[in-house]
Amino acid sequence: MTSSTAQPQTRQVPPLGGLNLTALRLEIRRVLRNRRTLVFILIFPTVFFVLFGLPAKHEVLAGHSALAYIMISMAVYGAMVGTTSGGAAVAVERSLGWSRQLRLTPLRPVAYVLMKLVTAMVLGLIAVVVVFVVGALTGVRMPLHVWLLSALAAWLCSLVFAAFGLFVGFLLPSENVMQYVGPLLAILAVFGGVFVPLDVFSHTLQDIAKFTPVYGVGVIARSPLVGGFTATAVANVVIWTALFGFGAMRLFRRDTARV
Amino acid sequence: MATDQELAVDLRGLTKRFGPVTAVNDLTLAVESGEIVAFLGPNGAGKTTTIDMLLGLSRPDAGTVRVYGKTPAEAIARGEVSAVMQTGGLLKDFTVGETLQYTASLYAHARSVAEVLERAGITDIADRRVGKCSGGQQQRLRFALALLSDPRLLLLDEPTAGMDVEGRREFWSAIRKDAEHGRTVMFATHYLDEADAYADRIVLIRQGSIVADGTTGEIKALASGRVVRATLPGADQAALAALPGVESVELHGDTVVVRAADSDGVARHLLTQTEARDLEITSRNLEEAFIALTSDDAPETIAAATGSER
Repeated sequence: MTSSTAQPQTRQVPPLGGLNLTALRLEIRRVLRNRRTLVFILIFPTVFFVLFGLPAKHEVLAGHSALAYIMISMAVYGAMVGTTSGGAAVAVERSLGWSRQLRLTPLRPVAYVLMKLVTAMVLGLIAVVVVFVVGALTGVRMPLHVWLLSALAAWLCSLVFAAFGLFVGFLLPSENVMQYVGPLLAILAVFGGVFVPLDVFSHTLQDIAKFTPVYGVGVIARSPLVGGFTATAVANVVIWTALFGFGAMRLFRRDTARV
Repeated sequence: MATDQELAVDLRGLTKRFGPVTAVNDLTLAVESGEIVAFLGPNGAGKTTTIDMLLGLSRPDAGTVRVYGKTPAEAIARGEVSAVMQTGGLLKDFTVGETLQYTASLYAHARSVAEVLERAGITDIADRRVGKCSGGQQQRLRFALALLSDPRLLLLDEPTAGMDVEGRREFWSAIRKDAEHGRTVMFATHYLDEADAYADRIVLIRQGSIVADGTTGEIKALASGRVVRATLPGADQAALAALPGVESVELHGDTVVVRAADSDGVARHLLTQTEARDLEITSRNLEEAFIALTSDDAPETIAAATGSER
């Protein structure tokens, strides 16, 4: 703590544009205090897993345990909702004028966005871990490397939705942004084969689904269990992340230039 | 390090337009370190727009802004300037203490959270959620936030808007106590009494331009011109209006009403140069005079006369 002299001799600019662990810690704690966020990223995926997964406990899907398959799918869903809401938080903070308040501090806009990104990824990680823990407790059995790889894939690939959240957050300055985005995520999840395997759809729909943003994440996250890892899936994730990231960056530039 | 000559605020030829509206018009203002300046004017006079430019929240269309010799962005990055804005965003699900801890962590050097809590008089609500705080408490939190970097210049944009009389008094006593260390304070207000009570210097702004600038005493004298009333059939309105310090001349039948800063001069003229009788001099209400000075149809001549004083 510095002493309270009215005129410090040297006034410095903070390192890393103000990015620091204290702020990050407080930010994550604050987000986890929000009941609505917790319901969306922790309760919903878990409840879906229990509702859809447990009745199919002894069934087989794509040649593997249906329970494990559904658990991974729900982890992907939780991660995408978590990262999206983390990124979309910029909408809330813009609408409340908090971003304007932060403009009066040394925090650089880029550092602010990075903090949002990290927070989003932490939410995504928590969502994946919770679904996996519930899965383990309710009888999912997989080799250790499948647990680790699918969790890692579900989490890391959800970066595409952190970028999507930021994009939406800079697009719509609304306190209730997740009310519009939530249903959209559910529709995307259907096309990504998260709620039902894609082969229940017609061939045309299956082809279209390959171009939607959840498809790649779903395929990659399930591949440690069922295989089917394809270059198409990787390209899907990379391209969508780049698109949303680019869009978010454009809007972010416009936003910082205007204020 | 500050040199003695370094100005806290140095605005030159500042202009900001919003479409066809010129919100700030060629405004030049110098504030020295340690001054407490009231930026006084009616709503829409350009006060907030000027403060936004001072903070780098808005870019001027013309002119330059320097805060302690730096651009606003540099001054903010070093914590040299901070502000309490009219409506600043606060996050409802942070507590008061967390909001301060978070903000403190963004500075290279910050005062302790406990210290600013105390200075702003909100130590007792440190654990309260921001969403549960009253408007006055949130405003005190904004003040505490502004104190974190121990700024050399503190800007306050109508900081007591919406507060009751008691809240205003407490808020200003906290500011006063804190400013004793030589902090420069500039605040926008449309309350004349607030400017009178807390500022050393008043800058009157109207339609984006400075119309008067002086010590509170000077401004009060200026604003508290008098009204000279007399019976004078066939008065020469133009001749009276041309007298020094005359703001307006009205004729109501045989009665002439002259508003003037120099009421003695007008009275002397009326009694010695004309047939005027029943002469009467009355003081003008301070608030009314302020409105006259800053209203849109106030004569430009006043602006010119007072503007040249400083």
